[in-house]
Amino acid sequence: MSAAIAKGRTRLGPIEPNPDMHREIVTPEGVILAIRVAAASSRAGALMADIIILLGLMIGYLLILAALAFAFQFAREFLDSIGEFIAVISIIFLFLLRNAYFLYFELGDRGATWGKRANCIRVASRDGGRLTAEAVIARNLVRDIELFLPLMFMVSGAVQSQMTGMTALLGFLWVGIFLLFPLFNKDRLRCGDLIAGTWVIEAPRRALAAVVTPKDSSRLVQDEMAQSHYQFTADELSVYGEYELQTLEKVLRADNEEALVSVCSAICRKIGWNPGSGQERLFLEAYYTQLRARLENNMRFGKRRADKFSDAE
Amino acid sequence: MKSSAIKTGNAVSGQGELRSDRFRIEREADWERLDTIITLMEKGKRKRVSDDDVLALPTLYRTAMSSLSIARENSLDAGTIAYLEALALRAYFMVYGPQTTFLGWCGDFFGGGWSRAVRQIVPELMIALLVMGAGTLVGYFMVASDPENFYMLMDGALAGDRVPGASAQALRGTLFGQSEQEGMAIFAAFLFSNNAQVSILAFALGFAFAVPSILLLIHNMAMLGAMFWVFKSEGLGADFVGWLSIHGTTEIFAIALAGAAGIHIGRTLAFPGKMSHLQAASVAGKRAALVMVGVVMMLIVAGLLEGFARQIVDNTAGRYMVGGIMLALWLGYFTFAGRRQDI
Repeated sequence: MSAAIAKGRTRLGPIEPNPDMHREIVTPEGVILAIRVAAASSRAGALMADIIILLGLMIGYLLILAALAFAFQFAREFLDSIGEFIAVISIIFLFLLRNAYFLYFELGDRGATWGKRANCIRVASRDGGRLTAEAVIARNLVRDIELFLPLMFMVSGAVQSQMTGMTALLGFLWVGIFLLFPLFNKDRLRCGDLIAGTWVIEAPRRALAAVVTPKDSSRLVQDEMAQSHYQFTADELSVYGEYELQTLEKVLRADNEEALVSVCSAICRKIGWNPGSGQERLFLEAYYTQLRARLENNMRFGKRRADKFSDAE
Repeated sequence: MKSSAIKTGNAVSGQGELRSDRFRIEREADWERLDTIITLMEKGKRKRVSDDDVLALPTLYRTAMSSLSIARENSLDAGTIAYLEALALRAYFMVYGPQTTFLGWCGDFFGGGWSRAVRQIVPELMIALLVMGAGTLVGYFMVASDPENFYMLMDGALAGDRVPGASAQALRGTLFGQSEQEGMAIFAAFLFSNNAQVSILAFALGFAFAVPSILLLIHNMAMLGAMFWVFKSEGLGADFVGWLSIHGTTEIFAIALAGAAGIHIGRTLAFPGKMSHLQAASVAGKRAALVMVGVVMMLIVAGLLEGFARQIVDNTAGRYMVGGIMLALWLGYFTFAGRRQDI
């Protein structure tokens, strides 16, 4: 069973997500879209990845410069004459890189830097409207004081050995307060999000999974047999609700032999059947199809049943 | 009874047995098509989306939205609903995403967006200028009362020759005749990235009710006031102001704007008016961010003036003229650009 659960896990986290993180936005068509605020762990992971990427880009740039300088050693005079120009470009480039990286990617269609993409999260406007350029600029300028400036002050202070224990402590306190800020509000807003009117939400990408109910024509004959074999009465189907149906769906999708057997025997115990061994999947598919048909039919008449503990219709 | 319903379903479609599955099978081609288009667009390969697909996008988007509404009410297939939820959200962000191109945004920004934002924070700009004036006076009189105070305000290494007690000769050397000096451009670029950081700091600290922004402005201008005293004591006051004004009218204006943007956020957070605190913060934050983009541009201009124009214009009168012209240009631009769409 544990194997099945492990298989059912997505990159987005556990099967039962924290319900406190659910939010809704209403589209102009009037459809309510369910969204989830990104967990602090994904935010931290994204930030980490972005910092590593930025460092990599900066080191790469400097390495390329060094390699060019080495390659053009013979043209010493030429190099001296443009050296100043290159230094100017480098200082401005390194300044812009840090700011432009976040701006460029968060203004793009995915609304996410590489780090955020890897964690399946994106930036969105809190009021459900368009994400504007101003908002992205505001949230990223504030990142400078949250993180980069104090870190740079501390690094340069340490390099020039002007750092006293007190300033180091205050620096860490400063960064700590801003880094932990998202944990102290329900929408996981950092100061930049607060000022820009944005938030970071999960942006799941899912593939359309196959239909669980049997439809494969090659198996149709076998299924026809199974259908006639496994016919459940209303009483046998009324023991479960929607929660159990969707758990069964997960088990069928995961298609783990061990899980199929244990789920099959649990259902049989409950409804007093005796399954033929080796037929677990067929049995479960038939039970799933008929249970779903029954629950969906009731649903159309406005009768829903959340789980096996709720009242039967 | 139930089994007969299933049997009929089977006979009709020959594929899905459940009504909700048939619903899905009929529409999944549309969903997959929308998925393909959006995936291409998300990867930045808009050009590879065919014209037919672009035209079909709004329809496909609405199909997905209505499919989601129907599926929520009629289907218990958790996999399909989860897929539709994710697809609808992605399509929503694509269809209602930012629609300006980078160039379009730039046009709007320079064609009035920036100056409008500046005009909206004029009261804060006045406060910032007042505070900066006060800071300059404080620095001046601190050093005037005791020259040793200079080192309290300023890092001796950064000041170089420009310290109290330096000879008029040495001081004059820092103001004029540096056109031959190596490395001025690097210094200018360094100053740019330094100034940009100071102004971003002044802006971003605004959310602590503007107090740190104001302190930062006072400190920076006090250094300037102290420096002015050093030069004035050797009778070089007017020359120093000329040396400063060629880029200073742009640079100090930019820092004042950054401070004003910070004060604007702080003021709005403290007194949000009729809006909620969060709403007010986001409106003020976006407006201030617009000002800040302009501030960085101004600092680049200031860096160019400092690094190149100052070396070329090596006399005080010319420096006053360039500085004055720059100031007039900025003031004119902020006053008049984008007036038409003001209200």
